[in-house]
Amino acid sequence: MAGEEAQNGRDDMQIDRPEPHLPDEFNPNYLKVYYGKLFPYGDMFRWMSYGNDGKHPGCDSSYFSRREFAYTTGEDTFWRYQSFDSEAQFEKSIKQNCPFKIDIGPVYTVEPAKRNAYAQGDGNNVFTPVERELIFDIDISDYDDVRYCCSGADVCLACWPLMTIAIKVIDCSLRDDFGFKHILWAYSGRRGVHCWVCDSSARRLTNEQRAAIADYFHVYTGNENSQKKVSLTGFALHPFLVRSYNEVLKNFFETKLLISQNILSCEERYEKILDMIPDSSVTSELRGKWQDKRRSSNTKEDINIVRWEQLKQLLQSGRQRAQGLRRCVEEIVFSFTYPRLDMAVSKSMNHLLKAPFCVHPKTGRICVPIDPKRCEEFDPTAVPTLSQVLDELNQEGSRADANLELSRTSLGNAIRVFRSSFLEPLLKACKEEIESSFSAKLQNSRDSLNW
Amino acid sequence: MEVVRSQSHRKFSPNDVVTTIPLYRSAPPLQVRLEDFELFAMDRLRVLKGISDALSRGKKPEEMQKLVKDLWKSNMRHQQASEVVNKDIISHFVLRLVYCRTEDLRKWFLSMETALFRYRFRLESAEAQRAFLVEFGLPYRTISNAEFETMKDKLGQVARSIGQPLPTADAIFYQVPFQEVPELVAGRKVFINQGFAYVAMNQVVSLLAPQFRSHLSKALILTNRKWTSTTREQEKDRLTPIVEALCSSYLGPDYSQPREYAEISLKDIDQVARRSFPLCMRHLYEKLREDHHLKHGGRMQLGLFLKGVGLNLDDALAFWRAEFSHKIGLERFEKEYAYNIRHSYGKEGKRADYTPFSCHKIITTTPGVGDHHGCPYRHFSEENLRAALSRMGVNSRAMEDVMDKVRNRHYQLACTLTFEALHGLPCDAGINHPNQYFSDSQKILQPKKDSSA
Repeated sequence: MAGEEAQNGRDDMQIDRPEPHLPDEFNPNYLKVYYGKLFPYGDMFRWMSYGNDGKHPGCDSSYFSRREFAYTTGEDTFWRYQSFDSEAQFEKSIKQNCPFKIDIGPVYTVEPAKRNAYAQGDGNNVFTPVERELIFDIDISDYDDVRYCCSGADVCLACWPLMTIAIKVIDCSLRDDFGFKHILWAYSGRRGVHCWVCDSSARRLTNEQRAAIADYFHVYTGNENSQKKVSLTGFALHPFLVRSYNEVLKNFFETKLLISQNILSCEERYEKILDMIPDSSVTSELRGKWQDKRRSSNTKEDINIVRWEQLKQLLQSGRQRAQGLRRCVEEIVFSFTYPRLDMAVSKSMNHLLKAPFCVHPKTGRICVPIDPKRCEEFDPTAVPTLSQVLDELNQEGSRADANLELSRTSLGNAIRVFRSSFLEPLLKACKEEIESSFSAKLQNSRDSLNW
Repeated sequence: MEVVRSQSHRKFSPNDVVTTIPLYRSAPPLQVRLEDFELFAMDRLRVLKGISDALSRGKKPEEMQKLVKDLWKSNMRHQQASEVVNKDIISHFVLRLVYCRTEDLRKWFLSMETALFRYRFRLESAEAQRAFLVEFGLPYRTISNAEFETMKDKLGQVARSIGQPLPTADAIFYQVPFQEVPELVAGRKVFINQGFAYVAMNQVVSLLAPQFRSHLSKALILTNRKWTSTTREQEKDRLTPIVEALCSSYLGPDYSQPREYAEISLKDIDQVARRSFPLCMRHLYEKLREDHHLKHGGRMQLGLFLKGVGLNLDDALAFWRAEFSHKIGLERFEKEYAYNIRHSYGKEGKRADYTPFSCHKIITTTPGVGDHHGCPYRHFSEENLRAALSRMGVNSRAMEDVMDKVRNRHYQLACTLTFEALHGLPCDAGINHPNQYFSDSQKILQPKKDSSA
């Protein structure tokens, strides 16, 4: 994989005076420049410190150093349990090792790098995870049965709305239902999005509670050996599903995906939908209408929309309100739009997840944050690539200090989004929390003294 | 533990108990005869074992409810009515001793006692439930009428979505942090808003059960410490033998070590797979041969099964390497997968020797996109299951029996019927573990092979 490309790049590239208009692919020498001049160490450090890097006596100064980082280096080796005492050490290590990928793990009881020194014989293991953001990983390759434009790791503007839907549905529920406030969404660099829920209550969830939240979001039940993809039972839908359907899914399905994916355009595709209707009289009526090509080709309207309206009308008309059909329209929409999470990632504390601002070694794209409020505008094909930001850097020359350099590249914009929509409110809340829990503790000890 | 060691003659007064379910907060100062010590424990174990079997057969809650009621009635009676509560408490504390000693034992006991608690609580009258809540001391507030009005629609939607009647104005809802009711959250059985879940009175057991469980979990750790540090030695002639015998007589065999038919070799594996693998493993095996790849869940399920069957680490590595290298090449296999295989044999990382998955575990997994693991009887569509069974050689009459069990969610019975159809012999014990399927099958097939040779 990336290892080969690394070999190619090494000889013909000069780090000190990079040529203008660098070739587009990923190259470890560019990565060195990226880590040397652009990677936002300070922001990452402040994020991962959650306010504990301050001077306040309530700060837990060991917090950052108990966090696990993991590197994937050029030779495809995986180094787990890296940990750092300070921002300077963090920066130095990354610059030195130039990892192709940086993963972030949980905060442990003790510094991961020194875990062996703390081990107390067998059985009594003091090295366990104590805190971890609640994370979600959504890959577009899990939607291959409902997108016709791309497959596998490829994405395009026709299927990306699936990710937009996922962000909207999950983000809204995390905020409104679960009451979380500090949520970071990031492009994973190639085929999906990552979500980091960073409220202190989220970081302290047990594995069981994480699994419960993941299951709350879990509607899709298909596996390779069963066709049924979404099953909505009961006399009504849960308010969360109702809201998701009314506010996001329905609209995206009818105005975007139906047309961009040509969901009902040919026999092979509409048969897949007819399979989801458990009533043969309805399906044969629809099939009859749709097989007759002359009738449908006369209309000016998009064929997918015409057919969808016919299907809805038939299923929702008075005489078809029979038991099993009540939910069919919703089930179809859910199957084609509802977020599909990688459940294992969310369920346990010690799952690693790629850090934002890494560079994806296959695409060269930077894992930039996505502002959930403006996620419709996000275009994965316009995400800055490694060579692009280095190009921008070169055009400006390299005299000024690092911060100025940042703001000139398109990466600067991504970092501004990171700070304003996520980091600053988060750190403000962390500071308040540290202060209030410290004064509560103080009050407690004062009370016990008085007594 | 004092339950057996105390010399005090005080009797447990029935007045102390408000409901018929004790909280088991501390061992009662009772004197117990040695025979009762063992007999009571055996009786309770029958109840727990019954629950465990039923759960792994995927019984529905209503069925569980009835089953627990019957199990309790038939095993936990006492000729003296006043002794019933004592028997309950004594048997519980004896089993704590028995099941405190290893992680696996604790896990099993915790799950079964919690399930027992759950169904017993549901069987109580509304007044008894309320009395129990008072005694338990739930630290949560109920919502006011005004609050109820503001969220009435949402509460109604949730009730309808889980088939409950619409809540009326005098209905009681507890407002609790969602973290306290993971199972209600997971099943979308509560309305959640701004971090709070609104738990109806008839769901309150879901709030109690985790608390019951965590209390018991902590207590088991303490009991274990005390047992290993003092009690085991002090009681080595009296209680220790009883305690040690009690758990082994009732937990199924341990498949972590390959048993009689140890060692299958790589060249036989194809043949053995066709003859003696249960469908779940056969399917994974065939998919692996076909695609030269399995996702993580499938690798774990099949890999640990093969380990239990007797494939040693070197052969396992050779086996997976041979398949995976077709698709991803040798180098990537060594980098990305070999570690995990050594890990599952306890040679890497924390060096835990992982045990093969039981039917219960396999049935309760949720395979996702691209996954082939899980229990075919549960996770396949009917069409795919029929096709798979007929490929295995199940005839059409047996097929209908199997499908009938599947429709009633008796997945292990369906597997048992498949076993019987393929081997032409009854399997009275039923199938509880893929490795049991394998060893039972080998037991039947092996002698035949020997005599023909």
